[in-house]
Amino acid sequence: MGYTISEKILSHAAGLQDAKAGEIVKAKVDLVMINDATGVLATQALKDLGKSKVWDPEKVVIVNDHFAPACTIQAAKVHKELRAFAKDQNIRHLYDVGEGVCHQLIPEKGHVKPGIVIVGADSHTCTYGAFGCFATGVGSTDAGVALAFGKNWFKIPESIKIEITGKLKEKVTPKDIILMIAQKIGVSGATYMSLEFTGETIRDMSVSGRMTLCNMAIEMGAKSGLVEPDDKTYAWLKSKTSGVYQPVMADEDAKYKKILKLQVDDLEPQIACPHNVDNVKPVSNLKDVKVNQIFVGSCTNGRLEDLEQVNSVIKGHKIHKEVRMIVVPASKTIFKEALRKGIISDLSDAGAIISNPSCATCFGGSIGILAPGEVGLTTSNRNFRGRQGSLDSEVYLCSPYVAAVSALTGKISDPREI
Amino acid sequence: MKIVGNVWKYGDDINTDNIIPGRYMELTDPQEMAKHAMEGIDPKFVKEIKKNDIIVGGNNFGCGSSREHAPLALKYAGVGCVIAESYARIFYRNAINIGLLALECPEITLKVKEADLIEVNLTEGIILNKTTGERIEFIPLPEFMLEVLNSGGIVPYLKKVGDW
Ligand code: SF4
Repeated sequence: MGYTISEKILSHAAGLQDAKAGEIVKAKVDLVMINDATGVLATQALKDLGKSKVWDPEKVVIVNDHFAPACTIQAAKVHKELRAFAKDQNIRHLYDVGEGVCHQLIPEKGHVKPGIVIVGADSHTCTYGAFGCFATGVGSTDAGVALAFGKNWFKIPESIKIEITGKLKEKVTPKDIILMIAQKIGVSGATYMSLEFTGETIRDMSVSGRMTLCNMAIEMGAKSGLVEPDDKTYAWLKSKTSGVYQPVMADEDAKYKKILKLQVDDLEPQIACPHNVDNVKPVSNLKDVKVNQIFVGSCTNGRLEDLEQVNSVIKGHKIHKEVRMIVVPASKTIFKEALRKGIISDLSDAGAIISNPSCATCFGGSIGILAPGEVGLTTSNRNFRGRQGSLDSEVYLCSPYVAAVSALTGKISDPREI
Repeated sequence: MKIVGNVWKYGDDINTDNIIPGRYMELTDPQEMAKHAMEGIDPKFVKEIKKNDIIVGGNNFGCGSSREHAPLALKYAGVGCVIAESYARIFYRNAINIGLLALECPEITLKVKEADLIEVNLTEGIILNKTTGERIEFIPLPEFMLEVLNSGGIVPYLKKVGDW
């Protein structure tokens, strides 16, 4: 009987040979991430547990990214408190205001390796599964328990295998694939499960695209999203991490809850309409949806590849006069690379607002809040009612290409038509 | 143990932005979070909730972000317990971890109406709708979770059991 990637990684971390889906195990974690939205509560839990020190300061990462730079006094206090905590605990890996979004920084700064277990006090921690590790989002208290003991309890998830074949048409992207999958599985269809993405389309896909897929696993309720590591993974990791690692692959005869086979040759760009991530329609079905604000950024689609796609459409043109376009690279490294390539200046010339690497508009707590009655189009991952501002605003999710062409036309548009 | 309160009824897929919008994630004091409980879907909730009132939800209650602010806001607003048809994984763990009772009951939205007075009997595993007289069974909590809840959450539980 074979095993899934999640079963293998969690069994190993629990010191067991053959734990299967459904079993509850106590497993060691290799990394704990906290950020400015969740971190103070986690440090509070550590204190309440009667522990004065984290179990291993080298394995803790703190990121000030949500309210960065601080936009309220309370946020400034949180940042100050997390800085003091890092200092007091000898935690070297504090990525402060300006460095970028946690889920971009953790891989980029070399904290991810295939086969390891990561918990993060943020739901999109599942992004790192793109590198073949078991990474899952937890609440602050669970993160506090992991900070204290270097372990936590996990129910080993069942897995859904998603086998993707075919070649994407021009201007169709991994974001369109994951939105289509969200529509098929539904917002709760993978609750407590893992999604294993496999197939020739995944092998052809960039690491950045794989991160976009795994990032949105949580939008279906999944505990993790995983891609088996391959040469692309190793090449990406090479310049970033020096440590050795043991890649973990699924067995041929692993047992899955469900196998979903998808063909993406004819996929068209997809849009998630208000107010749920699974309310997905092909872009051609949306007529005359005017947008007031467009956000390009976040841990879903704020990488260099995404900015390049946006710029390929926008460069040399002017953004529609009734649209505000906010572009926020997901990390400082990406920002600098985009600067070097002239993308930042092209987008600025076209009329975009460029802001510092951070979560920014994604979660409605920092810059780019929507007024009642306004419509936002975003490359991020959630379109819940009120997510980016007023309860009477609307948010649509899309790919970088759709965001770019819609910025020129002022309404949700099909990038294949330009 | 019994909890008696009036029902606040919501639908499927109540997400953490509904329970407490993202802009309040900067808060670290649960009493402050409580002032914004359910603000993302029902701004009158905090003004009118009475101690021990019960939130009833459909499927996938608490989906979205990992913010513990969500169960904390409900607990400190005085919510006696949450009863939903099913939960999103992280919310469920968080609720148990911070000591907010979260019960799973597949038919609850069919059996209670907004403002019904209900009594949750944890020992017997029965919810009594005092308004209609109907008795409803819920899925008993796993023993581990019950122990955690009885200790007041995972922190007091772990302090009790020591290193693990
Ligand atoms: S970019 Fe958005 S989804 Fe990603 S960590 Fe920040 S707030 Fe969360």
